Amino acid sequence: MEYSTSLALLAPEILVSVSGLVLLLVAAWSGDKSARFISIAAAVVLGGAFALVAPSVCTGAAGPDTVAFGGQFRADAFAGLAKLMIFAASGAALVVAPRFFGRAGAMRAEFPILVLFAALGMSIMVSAADLITLYIGLELNSLSAYVLAAILRDDERSAEAGLKYFVLGGLASGILLFGMSLTYGFAGTTNFGGIAIAVADGLSTGQLFGLTFVLAGLAFKISAAPFHMWTPDVYEGAPTPVTMFFASAPKVAAIALLARVSLEAFGSQSLAWQQIVIFAALLSIVIGALGAIGQQNVKRLLAYSSINNVGFILIGLATGTLAGASAMMVYLAIYVVMTIGSFVAVLLMRDGNGDQVESISDLAGLSTTRPALAWCLMALMFSLAGIPPLFGFWGKFVVFQAAVEADLIALAAIGIAASVIGAFYYIKIVKVMFFDEAVNTVTGKSDTPHWVLLAICALLISPLGYLLIGPLGNLADMAAASLAVAF
Amino acid sequence: MIGIEHYVVVSSILFVLGVLGIFLNRKNIIIILMAIELILLSVNLNLVAFSAYLGDLTGQVFAMFVLTVAAAEAAIGLAILVVYFRSRGTIAVDDVNRMKG
Repeated sequence: MEYSTSLALLAPEILVSVSGLVLLLVAAWSGDKSARFISIAAAVVLGGAFALVAPSVCTGAAGPDTVAFGGQFRADAFAGLAKLMIFAASGAALVVAPRFFGRAGAMRAEFPILVLFAALGMSIMVSAADLITLYIGLELNSLSAYVLAAILRDDERSAEAGLKYFVLGGLASGILLFGMSLTYGFAGTTNFGGIAIAVADGLSTGQLFGLTFVLAGLAFKISAAPFHMWTPDVYEGAPTPVTMFFASAPKVAAIALLARVSLEAFGSQSLAWQQIVIFAALLSIVIGALGAIGQQNVKRLLAYSSINNVGFILIGLATGTLAGASAMMVYLAIYVVMTIGSFVAVLLMRDGNGDQVESISDLAGLSTTRPALAWCLMALMFSLAGIPPLFGFWGKFVVFQAAVEADLIALAAIGIAASVIGAFYYIKIVKVMFFDEAVNTVTGKSDTPHWVLLAICALLISPLGYLLIGPLGNLADMAAASLAVAF
Repeated sequence: MIGIEHYVVVSSILFVLGVLGIFLNRKNIIIILMAIELILLSVNLNLVAFSAYLGDLTGQVFAMFVLTVAAAEAAIGLAILVVYFRSRGTIAVDDVNRMKG
């Protein structure tokens, strides 16, 4: 394949990286006063990248035409759909950030640039068809994320969140890398297609070790149990727009990456990784549901909620079928919308001085003092709990349907039982908002961009979202079909 | 004669030492950074040994990438550590407990 064709397939990544570098120069030249301009420019760049990716998703691009640079990179519909979610979620983080940091007097020009570079790393991750590409993308995303977590330099909690994220993220990268080195040694290649050929006749012990380490490293990145312990601390300590970013875009990227490694490289040995994924899925669902029960901080609670949701997404992967991968993408899309909505609602919780409040008890009686916010939050919580007729139910439904079709009935049954336990704490928030004595803490003025974003999210997860079932399912099916699976 | 298995055993020992260094160390965060570095170097040893054994250059190319990223990672880790030290005045591991968890 010609060099120029490869470059054309990388157009979105090239756009994001070149504009990221240019904006970095602008930021270095003009300082923090250009932060607003750079935020807008970064959002425009993400929009442009979104538009560049969209055609490949709509046409279901697949096959050898999507492979660039001799099998290092695949710009297929699966990667494309994940990229659309990544760019949209990163854009949402850019929209809410300036107001939040502006009040703290800490809006830095570096923030949008770091988000751009993280988005670039994620889009390389989901397109990776080689262990080296995978590693570079993952690290570009992780290194930007460590800095983002610690970006409020004067805040103790932000610095501590950055430190914890860095140490545990570094450990995860090390475990992942060790697994990749074993995979390379015992398969003789770093290319996913080559690995698939090498493991076609069964896994050797070395390859099994490699696979296990790779899965453990990726489980860290998606905060699946038993590698979830960093999540609550980092989500609580990081500034809320950054937490919103962490809970949405990197999850999409790491899960899409996990699916590609499992299905493309190790697809023929699905029995070997299925049990690991099933174990991680069940443990995440249970720990996410039980851990959230005693929490007082909304961000900490949402961290456990995201661990819980990752468990449901992993059920889709555990099926090891294309229908499961498609269900996983549908769930991911709905999850991203619900997460962004929930964190925007948290951003709207401000007291009379304009300071953020994060405690659940501050929400008491919100339905009388701020009815619109209370109703939006109620819709989001019911949707996260998977209660029909809200759209969150549909995500759980397709995932469980795929599990039942793949004869994983026990897994589906336990998952449904645990989601009932999980519903407890979502409903507790609704109870606090609607039935407790009003405390009038949340009285601060709201920002228009936040309201617009919250309204969009609430609309998408409302019953009106079911109008999207057809197109979304269609795109997810085409995306899953574009995976070069070796069964 | 030193074969591939010796290299893999040594690198596995280094990897385990690195992981233990992160979890058993109760004193100083700098030691954690050193432990992460040790993990990455054990991986590099693995990659280069496999590369020589297989007669395939990919492993050495990978090792160069890992070295580069490790340098960036160390820089960012130290920068975050400086920010943390400025706000807390200590880098003892036991004091990283502003949030319970």
